[in-house]
Amino acid sequence: MGHPAATPSSATAQDSAWIGRSMERVEDAALLSGNGRFIDDLGVRPGTLYAAILRSPHAHADILSIDTMAAKAAPGVAAVLVGADVKALTASLVVGVKAPVECWPIAMDRVRYVGEPVAVVVASDRYKAEDALDLIDVRYAPRPSVIDPLAAITPGAPLVHDGFPNNVASDRHFSYGDPEGAFASAAHRIAIDINYPRNSCTPIETYGVIAEYNVNDGAYDILANFQGPFSIHAVISRALKLPGNRVRLRTPPDSGGSFGVKQGVFPYIVLIAAAARVAGRPVKWIEDRLEHLCASNSATNRATTLSAAVDATGKILALDWDQVEDCGAHLRAPEPATLYRMHGNLTGAYDIRHMRVRNRVIVTNKTPTGLNRGFGGPQVYFALERLMQCIAVELDFDPLDVIQRNVVPSGAFPYRTAPGALLDSGDYVKALELGASSGGLEELKARRAAARAEGRIYGIGYAAIVEPSVSNMGYLSTVLTLAERRKAGPKNGAQATATVSIDPVGAVSVHISSVPQGQGHRTVVAQVIADIFGVVPQDVRVNTEVDTAKDAWSIASGNYSSRFAAAVAGTVKIAADRIAARLKRIAASHLNVEADDVTFSNGKVHSQSNPDNAMPFARVAALSHWSPGSLPDDVGHTIRETVFWTPPELAAPDDADRINSSLCYGFIFDYCGVEIDRVTGEVRIDRYVTTHDCGTILHPGMVDGQIRGGFGQGFGAALLEEFAYAPDGSFLAGTFADYLVPTATEIPNPVIVHMQTPSPFTPLGAKGVGEGNCMSTPVCIANAVADALGEKNITLPLVPARVRALIAGDEPPAPAGVTTQPRSRKPGDRGLQGEGSAEVGASPQAVWDMLLDPNTLQAVIPGCHSVEKVSDTHFRAEVTLGIGPVKGKYRAEVKLSDLDPPHAVTLSGSADGALGHGAGEGRITLVPREGGGTTLTYKYDAEIGGKVASIGGRLLDGATRVIIGQFFSALAHRAGGGGAADGAASGLRAWLRALFGGAR
Amino acid sequence: MKPAAFDYVRADTLDEALAVLAAEGGDARIIAGGQSLMAMLNMRLARPKVLVDIMRIGDLDRIAEERGRIVVGAGVRQAKLLAWSELAAKLPLVALALPWTGHEQTRSRGTICGSVAHADPSAETPLCLIALEGEVHLRSARRRRVVAAGDFITGMMNTARQDDEMIEAVSFPIRAGNGYGFREVARRHGDFAITACAAIASANGIRLAVAGVADKPEVRNWPDLDGSALDDALNAFAYELDARDDIHATARYRRDLVRQIGREVIMEARRCRA
Repeated sequence: MGHPAATPSSATAQDSAWIGRSMERVEDAALLSGNGRFIDDLGVRPGTLYAAILRSPHAHADILSIDTMAAKAAPGVAAVLVGADVKALTASLVVGVKAPVECWPIAMDRVRYVGEPVAVVVASDRYKAEDALDLIDVRYAPRPSVIDPLAAITPGAPLVHDGFPNNVASDRHFSYGDPEGAFASAAHRIAIDINYPRNSCTPIETYGVIAEYNVNDGAYDILANFQGPFSIHAVISRALKLPGNRVRLRTPPDSGGSFGVKQGVFPYIVLIAAAARVAGRPVKWIEDRLEHLCASNSATNRATTLSAAVDATGKILALDWDQVEDCGAHLRAPEPATLYRMHGNLTGAYDIRHMRVRNRVIVTNKTPTGLNRGFGGPQVYFALERLMQCIAVELDFDPLDVIQRNVVPSGAFPYRTAPGALLDSGDYVKALELGASSGGLEELKARRAAARAEGRIYGIGYAAIVEPSVSNMGYLSTVLTLAERRKAGPKNGAQATATVSIDPVGAVSVHISSVPQGQGHRTVVAQVIADIFGVVPQDVRVNTEVDTAKDAWSIASGNYSSRFAAAVAGTVKIAADRIAARLKRIAASHLNVEADDVTFSNGKVHSQSNPDNAMPFARVAALSHWSPGSLPDDVGHTIRETVFWTPPELAAPDDADRINSSLCYGFIFDYCGVEIDRVTGEVRIDRYVTTHDCGTILHPGMVDGQIRGGFGQGFGAALLEEFAYAPDGSFLAGTFADYLVPTATEIPNPVIVHMQTPSPFTPLGAKGVGEGNCMSTPVCIANAVADALGEKNITLPLVPARVRALIAGDEPPAPAGVTTQPRSRKPGDRGLQGEGSAEVGASPQAVWDMLLDPNTLQAVIPGCHSVEKVSDTHFRAEVTLGIGPVKGKYRAEVKLSDLDPPHAVTLSGSADGALGHGAGEGRITLVPREGGGTTLTYKYDAEIGGKVASIGGRLLDGATRVIIGQFFSALAHRAGGGGAADGAASGLRAWLRALFGGAR
Repeated sequence: MKPAAFDYVRADTLDEALAVLAAEGGDARIIAGGQSLMAMLNMRLARPKVLVDIMRIGDLDRIAEERGRIVVGAGVRQAKLLAWSELAAKLPLVALALPWTGHEQTRSRGTICGSVAHADPSAETPLCLIALEGEVHLRSARRRRVVAAGDFITGMMNTARQDDEMIEAVSFPIRAGNGYGFREVARRHGDFAITACAAIASANGIRLAVAGVADKPEVRNWPDLDGSALDDALNAFAYELDARDDIHATARYRRDLVRQIGREVIMEARRCRA
């Protein structure tokens, strides 16, 4: 907000530092003029083929058979791969815990989530590949699925993997200090239960992979919009059964966003690499939006019970965490990292010396989880900061007082938390005061009082959190026991790399393996270099593409855990400083001064004491190329310097499971006022204030951009976004019409307040800033809604219907004569039930004979092409079903069972096709009426899954009713009756009237 | 997300388009703005053999006043009707409702008649057409016919259009002196309506139309009810719509909205009545 634009790029010399200025981003001209180079824009080698992926419509099913004959024979198709073909060329992806469980990029003999790959078609273009997908015939035997994390660990729940008993992949207990003693002696024990939902940051660019196998080298060459961490490279090469030097992984110059999500492309790297090897040609795959929303990656959902031991003054003595982390159908690398990333700072911003933790990692029939902006923070802070609000309510304190009473005191930094984090710097007390005064907290309280006086629903919420950045590669080993860790060997650190090069004309180039996803790394690196060498940033070229065959990289390389400003930019500084020190010695010998007197500014290397004693920077810088013999002895060269930097503070977990899980910890204090519309239940943000201390600010404009971006995504998580699943595991948010992302229209403008406490542990004093509002904003808004409604049980997203249910009283009853159908009970439930009755003139026996007449049934199945009679009560049919232009072919089965002539029969049907699958069952009961005729009652239950459920959820119930209606309407027509049906109930009535002569 | 193969006919005349429909029947599909159909094609939900593009047929791009009605041709995009300078004077309800249809970008492609032909139960244009007792002008190679909007839309994405027919135009009667109210609740502006209510207050009483709840827009006509009589009427209507749950709202929520914003738009319409 309001940061002046940088000076024009026409190389204006200046004396003040570039760092700290909001200079124009070097990336933007290309991005804003359509000249970005994203993976799908890059040319491919002649002969490249295109892949499309067939995905599971079932949440959990055994694959009985896959017939690919017709697909293989289709025009343009080069190869069709199923699980066995991939297994022949690859090994299982590593699983993050020790268990007899495998993880493949494609289903082997069983599917475990909707969207899991089942087959890959490689063809001359994507259209032909998708045509061939339609020709693959997969037979499934559905299994019961498990979706809810707490249901998954209930004894007797269906098992997702046989090697994870009770669906638990890991169950660890931790204890720090004396939590038992603290809870025993505390005046209060206050607890909260949380169910944090599933969501994702949904980058606009989906996954993309272009893979090629070189038979002569026995090596893969892969271009993918992967973002790191490059520890995954080891996972990929192990899965491809090759040493890492035969798996060349490159990244494109530009990225259409990631927010962590692009880490999840790696199973597809393995899958498409295998396809390229089978096809013998390069293969390109670009994920589409339905695939992305359904099956790319998700943040974890988590069920948490968090308790606090609190004394009479509101001081928290101890915490007790019980976290059940739902990683979906497979425990993919680096999971269960989402759960452990926050381990060292589970005490948040607070001085809490005693803590007990139970961490369970579990699997369910949902999309596997992975990196997502905020990574573990939203889940942890939703519980912790909701608890803080509950403590205030229960003990009748102001929530901000409870926060102030508990934050780490000023002057205590660096502060070692009970679970081992070393909070590097900050002044939380001062930041709370600054945020409250700068953001107008008192005025907001007055607005709340005024609104409430008018009878409006208004609340204020707070959140105070620490934002970790620069992950310790060792934190994940906290999931292992001490014995397991000793066996596996130590893991720790966060190697960042930077290479600074000077060419023969003295121009400076930098390479970093940070794989930016739109953040502007190239700009900030140029600023760092400009300040050190006294040149202008526009003259520095920064390359951020990664090629594992040529570039300096480590397993910690990549774009994650907000590590750029703190680690990567700092490493650039170290590399440039080393070259600068040598250049000073070289210049000193030419200028005839001491090296200490040499400095860089305005494109010159000069004496500080006598600025006129100067040489052009380019001339000094190029000497290593042109005249190495003229350099002072032992100065070495200045052509290229590569630095690997890892901070010593990032040690492996100690024997007591204490782990400094991140290098830096920024501080955020948010508060907001919200008003809730009494009629619609909509939550409107009146004002949102977010105060940040992210250490030294390198580029104010970008820092504010990061805060706004994180705020927008946190706002979405609070109010709009959810990867909704039906109880049967059907995925219900496969398009942006159902997965609702806030746009600029919806997102309010937050008030941003800054404070800068440099980190003592990073070369530039900077800390990460990009993820904080993803962690703080959802709970801050939830706390405001809790305050507005006086409600403890707040579940995200705050769907208006859900909020209104908390304020609406009893519903006015239906007037006499209007019956309401029983419906599923909460948003997301999708089972369709219906029931009704009709009175007909015919006798029960006549009705019975009609129902069991196979000819009638054969003729009335809608859109029926052919019928195969299996038995007197079992038929198979090929049918075309649809609503309006939406039509699909299905394989249908109709069965009559539980025959109780002439009283009752169960009519069950199922349909299976490319657009989805459905099953319904109806019990029809016949009761004779006094004076002749029959009262016929029916009750049905139907469920639809697969593609239509993912993309048409809004219309699904209605469409199902229409199709059931078509069935009965056709029956009526067949029997000589008229009248088009407009729904199942009236359709059935019309049919029965036509058949038997309606009595009403 | 690539469509299955189809033939594409860009008709230059209405006769050419109708000839294709006559020959291909249900295997052909008219494409105008493509804002619903293209997505369905790309997801292979719809697989017509032939697409007939009517947007080059010049005569169809017409907004005209004829015999007390506003006639909107099949080529008229939503943005064009919204920008029509006489819209607020002639069709105040449409002027209130049309900004809720999608977004600037989709309105610049989507057509008025396409929205009626698609018959999404949440869509604003069918709601207005039914509320205003408009008509749908159908044309085939064989004949022309005019169907009342309320009879044209028969259910969710289902209409009375025969396979060889296309909508040539829709028409809205101009009624001076009526008052109008419109309000819609959606998750975000431009999303499919959870509930949309349109009210017309005339000398004869009130007419309330609701979209987004039943399988198609539903209408009730009442005398000038007030107080608990109006509450009872709205409550009965809310239940009769047989609302359903989905991931965005519950049936109860939809009934609440019919009761509450139904009342709001009726009051607004009465205030605006001459």
